[in-house]
Amino acid sequence: MVGVRTVGFRTFFTLCVMLIALFPLAGFAQIPVHTDPNNPPPPSIHSNISDLASDDLAVQKDAIIALAKTGDPQALSILEEYRIGSLYVWTRPDSQRVLVIGGDETTQDGEAIIPLFTPYGRTDILQEDGSTLYVSVDEVEEVRVNRRLRRVVKKQIDSLGNQINLADPSSNVRRAAAMDFGLRGDPAALPLLEERLPIEQNTWAHMAIESAINLINLEDENPAVRVAAATRLGELRGEDAVPALLQILDGSEDDGIEPDSDENVRVAAAAAIKRIEGWAFYARTAQTIFRGLSLSSILLLMALGLAIVFGLMGVINMAHGELMMIGAYSTFVVQQLFLAYFPTSAFDYYFIVALPVAFLVAGGFGLVIERGVIRFLYGRPLETLLVTWGLGLILQQAVRQTFGAANVSVSAPSWLSGGVQILVGVFIPYNRLFIIGLTIVCVIATYLFLFRTNTGLKIRAVTQNRGMSACLGIRTGRIDAMTFALGAGIAGLAGAALSQVGNVGPDLGQNYIVDSFMVVVTGGVGKLSGTVAAALGIGGLNKFLEPMFGAVYGKVLILGMVILFLQWRPSGFFPAKGRGLETS
Amino acid sequence: MFVSHQKKKGEWLVLTVIAFGLLVVVPLLNLVPGEESFLYLSDFQINLLGKYLAFAILALGIDLIWGYTGILSLGHGVFFGLGAYCMGMHLMLQIGDRSVYGSAIPDFMVWNRVTELPLFWKPFSSFLFMSGAVIFVPMLVAALFGFFAFRSRIRGVYFAIITQAFALSAWLLFNRNELNLGGTNGLTDFKTLLGFELADPNTVRGLYIVTVIALIGAYLFCWWMVRSRLGKVLVAIRDHENRLRYSGYSPAAFKTMVFVISAGLAGLAGALYVPQVGIITPSQMGVLPSIEMVVWVAVGGRGALYGAVIGAVGVNWARSFLTTNYPDVWLYFLGGLFMAVVLLFPNGIVGLVQQAQRWIGRRFS
Repeated sequence: MVGVRTVGFRTFFTLCVMLIALFPLAGFAQIPVHTDPNNPPPPSIHSNISDLASDDLAVQKDAIIALAKTGDPQALSILEEYRIGSLYVWTRPDSQRVLVIGGDETTQDGEAIIPLFTPYGRTDILQEDGSTLYVSVDEVEEVRVNRRLRRVVKKQIDSLGNQINLADPSSNVRRAAAMDFGLRGDPAALPLLEERLPIEQNTWAHMAIESAINLINLEDENPAVRVAAATRLGELRGEDAVPALLQILDGSEDDGIEPDSDENVRVAAAAAIKRIEGWAFYARTAQTIFRGLSLSSILLLMALGLAIVFGLMGVINMAHGELMMIGAYSTFVVQQLFLAYFPTSAFDYYFIVALPVAFLVAGGFGLVIERGVIRFLYGRPLETLLVTWGLGLILQQAVRQTFGAANVSVSAPSWLSGGVQILVGVFIPYNRLFIIGLTIVCVIATYLFLFRTNTGLKIRAVTQNRGMSACLGIRTGRIDAMTFALGAGIAGLAGAALSQVGNVGPDLGQNYIVDSFMVVVTGGVGKLSGTVAAALGIGGLNKFLEPMFGAVYGKVLILGMVILFLQWRPSGFFPAKGRGLETS
Repeated sequence: MFVSHQKKKGEWLVLTVIAFGLLVVVPLLNLVPGEESFLYLSDFQINLLGKYLAFAILALGIDLIWGYTGILSLGHGVFFGLGAYCMGMHLMLQIGDRSVYGSAIPDFMVWNRVTELPLFWKPFSSFLFMSGAVIFVPMLVAALFGFFAFRSRIRGVYFAIITQAFALSAWLLFNRNELNLGGTNGLTDFKTLLGFELADPNTVRGLYIVTVIALIGAYLFCWWMVRSRLGKVLVAIRDHENRLRYSGYSPAAFKTMVFVISAGLAGLAGALYVPQVGIITPSQMGVLPSIEMVVWVAVGGRGALYGAVIGAVGVNWARSFLTTNYPDVWLYFLGGLFMAVVLLFPNGIVGLVQQAQRWIGRRFS
């Protein structure tokens, strides 16, 4: 038997030069690992991998721990495959049994087959013609994982994963790894964490490592160490330390953990909790203010275009929401074009291109709408309301038929995903920050356009007295068209911005239109400052009420408040002054 | 509007014929001819017509407030919904132990782990209470809303926008489960009304006849209102509110009143709608249905009561036809209707007919 197998192996070896299997020296009890010659496992690991298929549980366990100790990412992935049962013993055509990794099962000619990979490096095992090798499931035999070992391996995988992540180039990954170590509270991790602590440059990752060390130290035998750890955790003010500190104070009935026996430790823990919670209040307030600011900026961006059109022209543009939707879909189309025609490296810049495109496309639609429909209806606001609503329905249905009724996915460019931690417990996402910035730019640009340019002067003139402006040689029709197109363009920008924070679907506009109109009504007509004030007020109030009453009741309350507010200020925050009763 | 006495007489003749047709001929066409006859109206068609005529009652209310008084309300779906929910609650309680769970309380409460009937449901087991509630609950809400809105002289587009926000809020609220009104699924699965099986063709016909009678009553009431001195005040509000105010009238009181009345009509329409359609959900009282109701009136012709009726029946018939046969086209059609009715025929079908009459008169006289 043995002789035959050896001969078979040699034959295969000479035939297939690409594959080198290091034959174990320990004897035939070990099953060799199928190896990629370009990326062979270090000899020290090889034997450990083989031991994973050993019949002896103790040998398996030692192998798992030894692999985890290496800190090699490849070893991690092997353990992962082992845990989910993708590690197989494959009997090669030369009768040699080797360790391989099997991929997802597929069927071919009614037979279940799986692709094979080398365990170390997970490279495809190739056939002679260069294609990936698929074998029947009957030709492989799964390496069974003992239930008890599965738990061991899970722990080792996580610890190894964290260990590798602790050296990751991304500070967020390092941070998450450190936090996970803290949660586990495994003293074995202490040396590693202490080794990383002095070299960690990033403030937040550094803090997470320190927090993890102290969380582990909370279970130290020496009460003095525990007191120091609890105090330090209080100084760090991280909310993730609270459960562990509470356990010291009160114990945990579910896990059968008693409160800490040492009085000093309990006092220190109580003080730390108090300190953390005191800070958390400020952090939450700061977070709420930021959320309110973020919502306000979105509302303002949506209402800005509306306010221009409504305030300056007296036109209720119910299709404003649909113009936003067009802006969002323009962003989507630009994204798809970048995916199709530009290299992957250029993808991050798609959004920069999408912003002007959304502005122009929505503005173009606005121009057509104004020339085609709105210009017949000046001075009849209720009629414009109905017409633009109908227009909105048509645009919605057109988009639904072109792009489908389901939401399309607009992915964020890498520079807009993620965020920045500014204080403990205060996290600012980049996309929200971007929208706030975009809104500020838009408001200032609109202000400058209306009050510092010649065209802006003409727009204001037509607003005040159409007939007189026409007499003085202003081409009112052209001014109307331009104003409407400008409002529509800003709606397009708002849509592009919304695509980064919400869903992009045919009814995107419907979801926001009522809110934006509330802002315009509360702000008063014809004053940018009113719109800004109303957006800040409604947005801030919304985020302030939401945690107390829930989103729906918060919204209903705000409607009630707006109605009551209009009792006091019927024409909004900053009404346009005039002597006529009819000015509304 | 100068309408000769002669013409008015003719108008009444036509209206009487139509009322007779709806009230007597239609049910007979359901009963007498055989099913193969082309005159035959099926139970389903009677049911559908009953639904349209319920909508026509609502349209009358909108015509009062928009066509005559010039106030555009985009929140009438809420009043319709309130009336419908009042009726729905009564019908839910009629199910009794015939529900899926055989429990005394409605099924959705069993799902939501509510064990006892909420207090505000209890009076709705009485038919009499419900009959009053379907009209007075919407009227009460409208009175509250209208009082605050009109007192501070919110008007024109401002009022339209505020009512739209009102519709949105109501829709959001009624979607909540903790309101104990069935959440998103609404109220449905009704069995009987006053002991009559709702599925029975005789009940369908009966409900249809009740709806026609209610429509005739509502029509006569509105007609009486618009041709009385009150109606003149309403038109004056529409045409020149400030001049009316200087003449010593308080437009806010009249506006609130007409808003309340039209809300009551909407509630009545909702109550008649529910047993015929068999379901009421929050989606029938949101922003979109509310603004659609305005279009019925615009299409028929605002400022003419029969225009509202024609519009409600016509648009809803078109809706049924298009959504069954060409579902993709319906939104284009509706959107186009919004635009056409404003840009091309601002006085609706009634206006078109009048134009045609004038044209024919000029040509052939």
